[in-house]
Amino acid sequence: MFKQRLLKAALASVWFMVLTFPLMGIQLNRVENVIHWRFDRIAMLGAGIFVLAMLWHWCFERRALGLPLIKLPDKVVNTAYSLPSRPLFRRGLPAVILMGMLLMPMVSSIYQTNIMISALLYVMLALGLNIVVGLAGQLVLGYAAFYAVGAYTYGMLYEYFGLTFWVCLPLGGLAAVIAGFLLGLPVLGLRGDYLAIVTLGFGEIVRLLLLSQADLTGGPAGISNIPRPGFFGMEMSLDQVTTYIYYLVLGAVLLTIVVISRLKNSRVGLALQALREDEIACEAMGVNTTRVKLSAFVLCSCWAGFAGVIFAAKTTYINPASFTFMESAMILSMVVLGGMGSITGVVIAAMVLILAPEYLRAFSEYRMLLFGAIMVLMMIFRPQGIVSSERRRYRIPSERQSATENKELSA
Amino acid sequence: MIDELLYFLELFFGGLTRGSIYALIALGYTLVYGIIELINFAHGEIYMIGAFTALIVAGVLGIYGFPAVAILVIASLAAVIWAAAYGFTVEKVAYKPLRGASRLSPLISAIGMSIFLQNYVILAQTSDFVPFPQLLPDLPFLEHIGYIMGPSDFIILVTSTLTMVSLTLFIRYSRMGKAMRATAQNRTMALLLGIDANKVISLTFIIGSGLAAIGGVLIASHMGQVNFAIGFLAGLKAFTAAVLGGIGSVPGAMVGGIVLGLCESFTTGYFSGDYEDVLAFGMLVLILIFRPDGILGKAKVQKV
Repeated sequence: MFKQRLLKAALASVWFMVLTFPLMGIQLNRVENVIHWRFDRIAMLGAGIFVLAMLWHWCFERRALGLPLIKLPDKVVNTAYSLPSRPLFRRGLPAVILMGMLLMPMVSSIYQTNIMISALLYVMLALGLNIVVGLAGQLVLGYAAFYAVGAYTYGMLYEYFGLTFWVCLPLGGLAAVIAGFLLGLPVLGLRGDYLAIVTLGFGEIVRLLLLSQADLTGGPAGISNIPRPGFFGMEMSLDQVTTYIYYLVLGAVLLTIVVISRLKNSRVGLALQALREDEIACEAMGVNTTRVKLSAFVLCSCWAGFAGVIFAAKTTYINPASFTFMESAMILSMVVLGGMGSITGVVIAAMVLILAPEYLRAFSEYRMLLFGAIMVLMMIFRPQGIVSSERRRYRIPSERQSATENKELSA
Repeated sequence: MIDELLYFLELFFGGLTRGSIYALIALGYTLVYGIIELINFAHGEIYMIGAFTALIVAGVLGIYGFPAVAILVIASLAAVIWAAAYGFTVEKVAYKPLRGASRLSPLISAIGMSIFLQNYVILAQTSDFVPFPQLLPDLPFLEHIGYIMGPSDFIILVTSTLTMVSLTLFIRYSRMGKAMRATAQNRTMALLLGIDANKVISLTFIIGSGLAAIGGVLIASHMGQVNFAIGFLAGLKAFTAAVLGGIGSVPGAMVGGIVLGLCESFTTGYFSGDYEDVLAFGMLVLILIFRPDGILGKAKVQKV
């Protein structure tokens, strides 16, 4: 058995070495016309694939036997499951995290605060996308387009009319909502994968239009010198304004979390989750699927619009290169990694995916490679994400059941 | 008058050339979709890897001083073989474990694979544009009509026509081709009749990837440069072509490719080059909204 597995892994290793040989093993120097044979890389890759193949087979064997991939001691699992229901944990942990977040700009440098701001922006974006992808199960690949609409609304309204951040914030959201509505209305009747492609096409169209309408949008150069948000006309130093934006984004994230957790258990939210599970059954239960989808879509684009305005105000400079498909894909991978529909999971995933490459510089080169790999591996081994979204359950405990439960808890 | 006609012809053949490349890539989408109903998002990347492989092999052979014809043949063969191997591996790693999962899981996995492959090429080779060697030979008999159709246009047209004809014959008459059609029609029934579905699916990926690699080599030597991102745009356009012709239908992909190529060529020629890509994506969006079954596709009724 073990021998067979070794053989299989060795085969896989050889296969991948041959497969990657032209791209990994040969580097041409076109100026001097020399070939660099990179056998070192191929050897390393072969060894890596051998280990990975062993792991791969092991994972599938575990799964075939119906075992979890990582077997934690029962005690740990039980504690982990009961944690969310313990009041100390439920109230205490968010409070501690919130305190930490509130105090952060006071102890950290501008640089770190800035990184945190972009991480929080991504949290906001990912939570917004989570409404459509996670709750409603509709794959949207052109999310960056709505983000762009928000950012350009602010940029252009400032450039042509001199409007300020606080006026543009709702307008940016509104513009994104209109874009979402106009796109959503015709396409939401489409089947899942077609919807994904249409939104992808839409995203690219928006980006290409921003590029080609140079006299209006500045073309590839974009719009620069966008003002940072003001606070009742107060003069602020760069340090202060960064801190200010930090609190602004933090507030926006908190608002997002509140809105989405309220939404999740609302009538619309429940309809969305029903839609995700089975569209036809959902329709048969009397849910107007198009309308529900549209409302999710609009809400999600609204969030992207807000985030776009904040993004423009934070960087003071926008151009179409910030709104490529890779951006949409990155936000999508946060939702996928975090667990579709789970707020905690998405927040953790967005934080990890943005902060890890910032602090591990060696790792940042491999960032997109890892994002891709994560999306594939998550789909195969844990499609529900790192924190699977807990379902609302209605349980009517019988007397005996609640007695045993109590006993278990006290034990 | 004659100038206008010549200009028209130039655009026409330009569009035809472009369209036949789209058609070659679109076939890969259509074949895979026909059998496992998956939009193989990583297909464009396979095409890009095919072009890169040809580039590297041609470079190595060039340094060793091989004659031009040998370089062309060996590099193209290597591109096809390696691209097919990549296609096969991608299917085994990213899609096979997801059979029977919900519809969106393989799609997300495919997007992940596409991002992975792009960045793999960046890390293994470079993120810059690399000049592609002039592999295609000069054809003296085209001299007189050179301004309408260059040698690379001619070779692209001939090669892609030959490829598509042989693919059609293969699917229609060979044993494996029949198995492919049977699996596309009804997988359960095909399984009951003793067709090895896994084998058929693997073969589909191999054929599709090989076709994409042919397209990759042709277009790269036509354009003269490649980089890691060419697969994304070409893939999307080819997907548009596949949808335009009716996804799942082999002749549809060919027709769709040609129509898209002609449309692009004429808009670029008569209006402006700025809207070339917008046109393709606009068409994609409009077709999916108004006629998702395409020109040659059959409308499907969703069964519960």
